[in-house]
Amino acid sequence: MRLLEYQAKELFREYGIRLLDGRSSTGIEEARGHAEELGYPFVIKIQVPVGGRGKAGGVQSCSNPDELEIRYPQVMNLVIKGEKARAVLLEKMADIKKELYVSLFLNRSKRCYTIIASSEGGVEIESVKSQTIREVGMGDVSRETALEVAGQIGLDGSLADGFADTLVRLSRLTIEKEAELAEINPLAITPGDSIIALDGKFVTDDNSNFRHPELAKYQEKSEIEERAEKSGFSLVELDGDIAVVGNGAGLVMSTFDMLSDSGGKPACFLDVGGGATTESVYEALTLISRIRGVRSILVNLYGGIVKTTVVAEAFLRAYESGLIDMPVYARLKGTESDKAKEMLRDSGTEMFDSVEGAINAAVLGGKKN
Amino acid sequence: MRDIFEVLRGSPGDAGHNKKGVIVQGITGAYGSLHTRNMISYGTNIVAGVTPGKGGQRFDGAIPIYNTMSEAVEATGARISAVFVPAKFFLGAAKEALEAGIELLVAIPEHIPIRDTMSALDMAQKKDARIIGPNTPGIMIPGIIKIGIMPPTPFKPGKIAVLSKSGTLLYEISDALSSAGFGQAITIGIGGDPVNGTRLIDAFEMVRDVPDIDGMVVVGEIGGDSEEMLAQRIMDTGFAKPTVAYIAGRAAPKEKRMGHAGAIVMGTYGSAESKISMFNKANIPVAKRPAEVPVLLAKKMENGDGGSGGQGTTGGSD
Repeated sequence: MRLLEYQAKELFREYGIRLLDGRSSTGIEEARGHAEELGYPFVIKIQVPVGGRGKAGGVQSCSNPDELEIRYPQVMNLVIKGEKARAVLLEKMADIKKELYVSLFLNRSKRCYTIIASSEGGVEIESVKSQTIREVGMGDVSRETALEVAGQIGLDGSLADGFADTLVRLSRLTIEKEAELAEINPLAITPGDSIIALDGKFVTDDNSNFRHPELAKYQEKSEIEERAEKSGFSLVELDGDIAVVGNGAGLVMSTFDMLSDSGGKPACFLDVGGGATTESVYEALTLISRIRGVRSILVNLYGGIVKTTVVAEAFLRAYESGLIDMPVYARLKGTESDKAKEMLRDSGTEMFDSVEGAINAAVLGGKKN
Repeated sequence: MRDIFEVLRGSPGDAGHNKKGVIVQGITGAYGSLHTRNMISYGTNIVAGVTPGKGGQRFDGAIPIYNTMSEAVEATGARISAVFVPAKFFLGAAKEALEAGIELLVAIPEHIPIRDTMSALDMAQKKDARIIGPNTPGIMIPGIIKIGIMPPTPFKPGKIAVLSKSGTLLYEISDALSSAGFGQAITIGIGGDPVNGTRLIDAFEMVRDVPDIDGMVVVGEIGGDSEEMLAQRIMDTGFAKPTVAYIAGRAAPKEKRMGHAGAIVMGTYGSAESKISMFNKANIPVAKRPAEVPVLLAKKMENGDGGSGGQGTTGGSD
C-alpha cells in the first residue's frame, strides 16, 4: 500500500529520521488547534496518494489565522488526478540551504534493492541527470556504504554523517516494514547543517500485510473493496459506466484495453480469480450492483474447465432476485456454451462467441440508452 | 544451469525419458489435490507428495506422501517440485526443496511476500536451481508434461515458445495460436509478481537456441521493466526467429495495482507505452488484441522476417 506523506513521516519519526514539527487534520477546527500549537507561519499540504501536489495548488503557506481560514478549505477541497484530500498536513517552515534526494527502491528486474541518491532534490528524480545508484541486495545499508554514497553526491564532514545516518535509518525502516519504495524528496540541508526530510513516500508490499498488523491503520479500503478482498477478488473502481469482470488479471486488463479502444468507459476492474463458480460470479454481480454509475456489465471469462452453464446460472439468479436490472454482455469460453445461451435467451444477458462482439454490443448499448 | 528441456524431459534413451518425476508440495490441500489429479490425467509423472504430518499415507491410494522433501527426494530421485502450499508457508517449503536437491521449483501460490521470494531466489542461485513463479500458472511442454494449473484444452504440441506473465492470457493466446495451427514447443508462466524467479530474459535464454523452436510469443503486462530488458537483449544479441508480443494494461490507470501484485505503473516505470516502444525498436510487432497474435506471427513467418533485433522499422500493428 502507498502511505500518505504524514503516515510515512510517522514511520520516519519512529525510526529517528529528522523532520519538521507537523500535525495532520481532516477539518478546519482541528487545524485551528494545531495552528496554535505550531505557531505561524507554516505550510499546509494536501494529503493524497498521488504526486504533483505542488503544481495543483495543494501546498500553501499560512502566515496568519485569516490565511488559514481561506486556504485550508481551498486545499481540502482540491481534487488532484481524481484523488480527494484524505487529510491536510500543517508543517513548520524551514530555511533551506540545499535540497537532496535519496530513496531505497526495489529493483524488480535486478531483484535487489537499489539506493538512488542525488545532490539535486525537490524535482522528479527521472528528470535529474546526476544520480548515484547503488545495489544493496536485500536492502541492508551499512554505515560505510551510506558514507560512500554521501561522498558520491558531494557531501563531507558533518553533512556526510547526517546523510549517512538518515540513509541507514531509512534502510532499517525499509527492511522491517517490507517496503517496495522509501523515498525522501527533498531531503533538506538547513543553514545550521541539519538534515531534514521535507517529504516522504513509502510503499509497502501488500503481500506482507499479514506480518504487519501495525500498518493496518493506514489501510484505506472502501466497503466494496473490503468485500472483494474477502472473496479473493481484486477490484479497482473507476468513473466510467461499464463494469468489466473476468477471471485472471491479464485477461481483465486486456478486456479493459479493448473496451477503451472502442470508446467504452470502464466503471471498474474486477478479477474474480482463477476459476469461476455460480457463487463467485453472483458475488461479483452483487459488488458491481453497489458501484455508482454502472449502466451495464461486460463479462469475459476464459474457463478452460469451467462450464459456462454454471456461470449462466449466476446471471439468471441475479435477475430473478432483482440484484441487477441492467444489460450484461458476456463472452464465456468453456464447455456447454450452447446450453448456456439457451438458458439466457430471455434474460438481460447476451452471450457472444468473441470478446470483440461483447465489447461492441456493450459500447453500442451504452449509446442507445 | 541445465537445459530446461533436459530437466523436463530427460535425454532420449534414458529410462525416464518423457516421464520425469515430479513431487507436489502441499499435495493434500484443496488446490494441490485438484491440480495433482489434473496433472496426472495430462500425463505428468507425479511420483510423490509432501504434507507434514501425513507421511506414510497415500494420495488417492496410489502416490506416496512424505513428511519432508528430503525423504521424498531420497525415495524417488525426482528433481522437480510443484509448490501448492499457502503463501505464508512458501519460503519454508522452498528452502526445504532446494536443500533436498530440487533443480526446478514451480511456485504456484499467489500473495507471497516479495522478501520471501527474494530469499528463496538467493538460495536457488547458490544451488544453481531454477524457480518458476511465484504466482505462475506453471510450465509445460504440450503433449509431454504439465507442471501447474493450466487447463489442457488451449495447448497443442508444436514449435512456438510462449512466455507469459499472465495465466488466463496464456490460455487465451495459446488457444488462438493452436487454432491458427501454431502449436507450442513450451509455455513458461513468468508470473504476475513484482519479483520473478525466472524473468522474461531468463525464459528467453532457455528457449532461444532450441532447434525445434520456430518462433516466440511474449505476453507481457504493465509493471516493472522485464519486457524492456528482453527487447534490449534481443536488440543486443539478435534473435533470428519470428517473435510477436502482446502487452496488457494499456488503458490501466497509473499507480493502481491491476489484479497482479506486479501490475502497477509508478510514474513512467512499468508503463505499456515504454514496453511497446521498446518491442517496436527491436522489430517485434505488438498485437492490440489477443486474437491478433497469431495473425502477426503468421505475417512474420510468411515474410521470412525473423530478424528481430536489427534496426526495426515495421513495428506494431498501429
